[in-house]
This record gives sequence, structure tokens and C-alpha cells, in this order.
Amino acid sequence: MRVLLVDDEEEFITALAERLVLRGIDADCVTNGMDAVHFAQSRKYDVVVVDIKMPKICGLDVMKSIREKDANAKFIFMTGHGSEDNVRACREAGAWDCLFKPVNIDVLIEKVLQAAKT
Amino acid sequence: MLTIWSKIVPKFWRAQVDLSGEQQDVSYYSRIWKIAVVGIATVSLVPLIAMTLMNMKQYGSALKTEIIFPVSRLVSNTKRTITDFLTERRAALTYIVQDPTLDATCAQPCLSTILKRLKSSHGGFVDLGIIDSLGLQRAYVGPYDLKGKDYSEQDWFKEVLVKGVYVSDAFAGYRKIPHFVIAVKQELDNGDFYILRATIDTNKFNDLIVSLGLRPSSDAFLINQRGILQTPSRFHGGVLEKIELSIPHASTRTEIQEISDEEGRRSIMGYAYIEGSPFIFVVLQQEKELMKSVDKLRRILSLFLGISVTLILIVVFAAATHLVNRIYEADMKRTSALHTIEHTNKMASTGRLAAGVAHEINNPLAIINEKAGLLKDFLSLSEELPPRDKLVGLVDSILYSVERCGVITHRLLGFARHIDVRSEPIDLGNFLQEVLGFLGKEAQYRNITVNMNVADQLPVIESDRGRLQQVFLNVINNAFAAVQDGGRIDISAKPSTPDRVAVTITDDGCGIPPENLRAVFEPFFSTKGDKGTGLGLSITYGLVQKLGGEISVESGVNKGTSFTITLPLKQPGVPHESIVS
Repeated sequence: MRVLLVDDEEEFITALAERLVLRGIDADCVTNGMDAVHFAQSRKYDVVVVDIKMPKICGLDVMKSIREKDANAKFIFMTGHGSEDNVRACREAGAWDCLFKPVNIDVLIEKVLQAAKT
Repeated sequence: MLTIWSKIVPKFWRAQVDLSGEQQDVSYYSRIWKIAVVGIATVSLVPLIAMTLMNMKQYGSALKTEIIFPVSRLVSNTKRTITDFLTERRAALTYIVQDPTLDATCAQPCLSTILKRLKSSHGGFVDLGIIDSLGLQRAYVGPYDLKGKDYSEQDWFKEVLVKGVYVSDAFAGYRKIPHFVIAVKQELDNGDFYILRATIDTNKFNDLIVSLGLRPSSDAFLINQRGILQTPSRFHGGVLEKIELSIPHASTRTEIQEISDEEGRRSIMGYAYIEGSPFIFVVLQQEKELMKSVDKLRRILSLFLGISVTLILIVVFAAATHLVNRIYEADMKRTSALHTIEHTNKMASTGRLAAGVAHEINNPLAIINEKAGLLKDFLSLSEELPPRDKLVGLVDSILYSVERCGVITHRLLGFARHIDVRSEPIDLGNFLQEVLGFLGKEAQYRNITVNMNVADQLPVIESDRGRLQQVFLNVINNAFAAVQDGGRIDISAKPSTPDRVAVTITDDGCGIPPENLRAVFEPFFSTKGDKGTGLGLSITYGLVQKLGGEISVESGVNKGTSFTITLPLKQPGVPHESIVS
């Protein structure tokens, strides 16, 4: 299973990627939306975990761009705002789920596995 | 007693502090109340008082005329009666004296018969006498022994020689009883003459005056032209005494005049000169008695006026109090509503702030979570520990993230503690940076360029930090809402006058159309639809005014908007607090 992690906080996303790798999940990480779109074009990811609020291209735009090529790509959003409105908006936009930062690694893996299975 | 007083005194009179805890100008309401009371009372009372006074005067003069008329009529009628009385007796004597058989040699029995007939036909005659041209009474019939009396030196004798017919005024004479005389001169063919003289009892006049049936306070009498009473007076002396009143001026008609006695009592005097005699008939009636009905009318009108004025004043007071109370209550409600709105806006600002802060804190918390989690993973999942540098790097990241959280929480504390109204020194440069700190991430996410241009040596101002934060958060938030992603916001601060500084926030956003520009500071004006309350700028306007400053706006459609907030170096009327711990 291959996961792409996207967040403008480099310290956060690299650590998260490393932890997933330690748990046997093939995880790539990028720190902006443009790179995420490029990565998704060059490789197929089962699940994309992406921060909603990022400079230049936000998480929702990243989802739109990637889905233009791969309509079945699964997206799990992360947000620091922690509002139920964000979760609802993400689900309405077609995301699998939305998690609040800081993210519990076990919950994240569970969601990723669920998303990958569907 | 205190409870009744507290019910009477209007609410606005007691109010000292309004809901926001600031001193309230209660004199404004008492001034409105006074203007209302004076205005309404003047408009309603002046016509009423004027009408009542005019009525009182007109009714008074009409009633006076009505009252005086009977006096005048009484005098006229009595004058006619007296004149007739004298005329009849004079005519009778003239008729008798022309009888050729009657002369100075007339026998006593003949004269006696004439007197008897006169008494029975006319009345009032006491005696009759014939006086020759020398003044000697040649014949006499009557109750006294007056035959042979010499009248040649008496005034009446001299008068009758000149006038032919003479009516004397009353005098006591030989008999010492008041009487008057009618004397008629008869010329004889031989050039001699004689006089028929009759004495009339003044009691006839007394009876006449008694028969008038005057009020006990009224007086009527005859006087002669020297002011000697010819009949007794109730209040001015007996017969032949001189009265204290001045003699009324001569007139052929009945006259009415008002006089005052020595004690200041006013009387109505009616009088008439009796033609062909020395008599003046006088009627005196006390004005107080006569004017009783006028006084009663005046009392009734005064009572009516008093009750009306009292009722009007009660209504005016009650209406003005009710009116001003309603204004006061409406103002209080408005103040309360504005206070609530202001509070709501503050809460909304705080909500926005909280959302921003949560995001800012959650990001470093996420880093800490992942770095600490990774450390744990290394310890629990890996057989070998990673190199030492890697572990130190993870711990450094955690420490750095903790520091980031610390900066944010400190900044938040700086915001939260300025709730009360107070004045403290504020360095506007640092202050604006602090405000922007909360919006920096949004600028970064939306690629908005924020330029700060603070003049060198910008003076430190004294103001209310909490309110100022709300003002600039509102205006800068509006600028963020106006600009597109990738837009630009310029913030400049510089002295505008020696005692004021101006902060200008300019954006290159969509701008405000001229028709909306005038309304931007009005409550509930919004172009954001459901997203805006329309209160932000109106509250900002109110806050800037409270801080003693001014806010103005310039805008051009698609050119951008520029808000300028001018603040005084010292906030007026707020106690200074130099240090906020």
C-alpha cells in the first residue's frame, strides 16, 4: 500500500512519513500542493493524506487536480482548525475523512487502511 | 414617605450610571423635561389665564354697570318726587297769593281756612303767614306764636324780594325745629307787595327717604349747596350738621361717582340737584355691598382658574415625566442593545482569534506529536537505535515546537488581559505587528503582501489597548476580506498633527462604490450577505470615537480602499494606568 503525505510543515510531515514507514507502509511526503500533484502523476497512491490549509494550493485544490487523472484516489484531510464544519466540508467535497491535528498515528493508519480497502 | 417620593421622582432623575458603566449625562433628560414642562405649560396656561382675566374684567364691568343703574334710577326717581313735591306746593301758594281778597289785612280766620285746605289737599304744611313789605308778619296761622315777628333781616326775606318765589333750605329758626320755607311775593297795584310764607316740615322728606327702603349699609339724604344736612343721615350726622363729604359739582342731570372715605372704604355716590331749590339729593351705597356679586364671580372664576391650572400642571408634569421616561428607557434599551452588539462583535473577533490560534498551536503540537511518536517508535519498533544526531534532531524539533507554542500563548495572553477600559502607553509599531501576528499565516496562505511603514520616532500614544486591538483587527480583517489572493495591504503610521497620529490601512481590493461609501459606518450595513453582520465598522466607528479619535474612508471601485484612523496622543477622560502586568 502506498500513501502520499502532503503538509507545508516539513518537520511534521517527514516525521509522520518515517513513522508510517516503520509500520511497513510505503509513504512519500511533500511540503506543497504542486509537488503532491507531480508525485501523484508519476506514481499511483492508494491514499493521499493532505493538509487543508497550505500556501498557494490548498488541500481541496490538490484533491481536484489529482482526481482529474485518478478519479479513484482516496483522500484523508488533516486540519489544525479542528472544526466540525471542516470535516463536513471535506466529506461533501469527496474526501474519505478529515482528521484533527495532532493526529494519532494508530487512528491515521486505521483510516488509511479503511480508505485503501474500499 | 420615601417610597412615595421614589415613585414620584422620574427614573431619569435618579439614574447616575449607564449599563456600560460609564458616567451618563442625566442633565440631558432633566433639561428635556424642563423644556417640555415649561413649553406645554406656557402653551396651555397663558391662553387660559388671559381668557379668564379678560372674562373677569368684562363681566366685572358689565356687572358694575348693572349694579350702578338701580342707584342712578333711584336718585332720578327720588329727584322727580321731591321736585314734584316742591312744585305742587309752590304752585298752590302761587295760586293762593294771587287771590285778590288775600292781602296783608287778611283776617286770621281766612288764613286758617286756607291752611286747613292746604294740609288736607297737599300735606306737609305746618303754618302760613303773611308778611308785609317791611318784613313784619301781619297774619299767621300755625302752632307757634309768630304774629308780629320781624323777618326783614332774614336771608329768605331778602331772597324772595329779588326772586319773587323762594324755597329756603332747612333751618331751625325761632321754633328750633328743622323746617324750610316756601315764600311767594305778590305785587299790589299800588306798588306795594306782600309775601305769603308757608313752612314745610322736613319730616316729609325724611318719610320719603325712609320709604325708599335702602339697605342697612346704604345712606340717602338731602343736603344744601353748603353741605348742611337737610334730612338726617345714617352715617354722616343729624339734620343741620355739616357733612364731611365734599359737595358734588353742580349738574342738571343725575350723576354717579365713586368716592372713598378716610378709612379707604369705597362708595358709589348718586346725586341730583333739585331744580328751584337749594337741595341736593344724595344716595351713598358701599361699593363692597354692591360689588358682592362681582366679588362672587371673581371668586368663582379664580377658583375655576386655580383648579384648571392645578389640573393642567398635574397633567403636564405627568405627561412630561412619562414622555421623558420613555425617551430615557428607549435610550437605555438602545445603549444596552449597542452594548450587547459590541460584546457580540467582540466575541466574534475573539472567535476568529481563537480559530487562528488553534491552527497556530495545533501545527507545532502535531510536530511534537510526530517527533515524540517517532522517538517512541524507534525505541519500541526498531531493533537498533538510530544515530545519536538523529535523536538529538528529533528532541530539538520538539523543543523548537514547544517554543513556537509558547510564543503564541504569550501573544494570546497579551490580547486577553486587556478587557477593562484603561489607558496605557502603546508603541503603535509593535502594537500593529502584534495584531498582524494573528493574521500572518492567513497572509502567507493567501499570498497577501502586507507592508508596514511606521514613521521613525512615532510618539508613544496613551490609549485603551483592548479596544484598539478590536479596532485594528476589524479594519485589517476587512482589508483581508476585500483583497484577492496575492493582493497587497499597506499599513502606515505617522504623526498627523502635533498631538495626533494617523494609521492608514490601504488595500488593493475591490473597493467600495460611492453609493455605499456613505453607509459603511452605519449599523447593519453589509455587502457580505450572510457572512457579515453589518456591525463591524459601526462598532469600530463607536470604539474610535470612545478613544477620542476619528475614522475616515476613501475608496475607488477596483482601485482599493483606504481607512485612516486618527488617534490622540492622550485618551481624554480615562484614568492613566502606566503598567499592565
